[in-house]
Amino acid sequence: MMSTLQQHAPALLIAIPLFAAFSMPLVGKNPGFRKMWTIVLMTLTSLTGLMLACSVFRDGSIVYVFGAADASQALAEGSGFPIRIMFTIDAMSALMTIIIAILAFAVTLYSLAADGGHSGLEGFYSLLFLMVAGALGMVNTGDLFNFFVFLEVASLSGAALAAFRIDKGVAVEAGLKYALISGLGGLSVLVAIGLLYSQYNALNIAELAARIQFTRLDMIAFVLLAVPLAMKCGAVPMHFWTPDTYAAAPSSVTAFLVVTSQASLYALFRICFTLFGDPAAINIAVFGWFIVALGVLSMFVGVTMAIPQKDVKRLMAYHAISQTGYMLLGVGVGLAVLGNAKALGDYGMTSMSGGLFHIINHAIYKGLLFLTAGAVFYRIGTRNLNRMGGLGHTMPVTMICFIAGALAIAGIPPFNGFASKLLIYESVFAFNPFIAIVAMLVSILTLASFVKVFHSMFMGPRQPDHGEVREAPRPMVIGMALLAVLVILFGLIPTAVVESIIRPAAEALLDRAGYIATVLGGP
Amino acid sequence: MRMTKVVRTVADLLYPFCMIFGLYVVAHGHLTPGGGFQGGAVIATATALLIAAHRYDDVSARVKSARMKVFESVGLLGFLILGFSAIILGQPAFRNWMLSRGSLFNDSVAFGVNPGALTTGGLMPLMNLAVGLEVLGALTIITLYMLSGTKEDPS
Repeated sequence: MMSTLQQHAPALLIAIPLFAAFSMPLVGKNPGFRKMWTIVLMTLTSLTGLMLACSVFRDGSIVYVFGAADASQALAEGSGFPIRIMFTIDAMSALMTIIIAILAFAVTLYSLAADGGHSGLEGFYSLLFLMVAGALGMVNTGDLFNFFVFLEVASLSGAALAAFRIDKGVAVEAGLKYALISGLGGLSVLVAIGLLYSQYNALNIAELAARIQFTRLDMIAFVLLAVPLAMKCGAVPMHFWTPDTYAAAPSSVTAFLVVTSQASLYALFRICFTLFGDPAAINIAVFGWFIVALGVLSMFVGVTMAIPQKDVKRLMAYHAISQTGYMLLGVGVGLAVLGNAKALGDYGMTSMSGGLFHIINHAIYKGLLFLTAGAVFYRIGTRNLNRMGGLGHTMPVTMICFIAGALAIAGIPPFNGFASKLLIYESVFAFNPFIAIVAMLVSILTLASFVKVFHSMFMGPRQPDHGEVREAPRPMVIGMALLAVLVILFGLIPTAVVESIIRPAAEALLDRAGYIATVLGGP
Repeated sequence: MRMTKVVRTVADLLYPFCMIFGLYVVAHGHLTPGGGFQGGAVIATATALLIAAHRYDDVSARVKSARMKVFESVGLLGFLILGFSAIILGQPAFRNWMLSRGSLFNDSVAFGVNPGALTTGGLMPLMNLAVGLEVLGALTIITLYMLSGTKEDPS
């Protein structure tokens, strides 16, 4: 029984959230039962994800072929060609699965209390589960067209969720903007997939990577893939949808949107490293500098735009852009020196580890920050910083969680943001000192900005308007505390985390031949 | 606003034919062009025909969106359960395990020109039915919402 479950974990990872999403309209009328159903199925999804990730880190990459006689048999019977849809789960995918599993669980706990008072909740949780299924599919699939399908599932459910609180049309506008932008991006991805398919008659990522010729059409396909994915993860100059959508969506949804953005980031890296990352065939440094440039722009523009914001969630959304810049920078440096074995060993590997470590750290602390902002909004009903104040007296746990998140995002030891940022500073300094200085400057500005936010939210005397405010409800506090504990835990034992999950993921991302061999068999 | 009696009668007469054609497309999804999605869409369109001929309120009292939601969920769940049923038998998800088992839907679909046997294709016809149910539910809801603008003012 247990071995069957383990063997079919990749399929169950998608099946459980889809089952939850489709059954929710039928069983979700009764609030008590809906809550139980949501929490049980989300726990099962997260556990499946963690179990799957553990087995990948222990036993190596997994291939799961849908519809074949044998799930591990990637090549179709008799043809020697990977024709079926498959999940190809290496350490990098496993890392992303862990991130999604942790966030999905904590955010669902939080959401059960935060969104409990609204109508139409069976639709809300249906969409939430669809979004989780979409994100999990995006990071695990080994098929380019299948990736497009999951991208659309995540985008459309995200857009509907962003518009969930109609909020006099503001949220609807944000949702519509997100839907339009993601729709456009999705079409661009589809055209790129078409360009690749027309040349190689293959959709499997490993098969394409093995046969790609780097023709001019392939380069066009690269641009059509990279730009929408960079847009979906909120990189400057394609960041304009992020503040609107993140600010208008309910906080639990915003935390999920952060996760889907990270899934797009994963796809961008997968395409750069696995599909196109052959330093012998192309000038890979150009690709690397492209990512680095996006990263530096995002870091700097994000933080400078964040400073003047008055809406706390808008401010945090700009910081999310800025932090995405660090991940792009870290991994971009690795890509830029991919062809240079010495530089890669000296600092490229460290830089990539830093970038990937920052993905998991960012997902946790940014999720936490959005949840604390949501808790404050839940109690006082405004996101305007000028109308807050003195909440430290009445919401101490939320304040502590906020401090943990804010210090982590600013890169102060011993919180998790410090660990990944230090890896990035060190290695980027060896790559290009000027960029490292920009990165540190951005960190200082981030700290300044969050000191301001902290002061206007929690410090000062009790405000007469907020006299009746109490601490957030317990499930919200548990969801936030879970993430805050992880922020501190990852900050205290960074070496263990890096050694056990981050470095294998970075190695998996670099190991293009290994990814191809997982599917097509050894050389 | 109601159309004339002629239009209403013709629409009523055509309605069952639309349904039957839709069901035909769904049921023959594995043999002929079309399938669950297309057939379900045909059935949902029949509702638009009724609304065009009759008043919105008369039709929406008969074709209830709550019932359509149930169709939608049941169709999706049916598809999911059929797809992942292979896991219970120890085979990978979406394996067409009904083929060559000696039971109903045993044979593969015949190749070349042939009259077409409905009971072929393993799980495929069943999955088409599930998709048909889902699409007829979802598209009917969309039709009802889109045409709700034709609702007459109570005043």
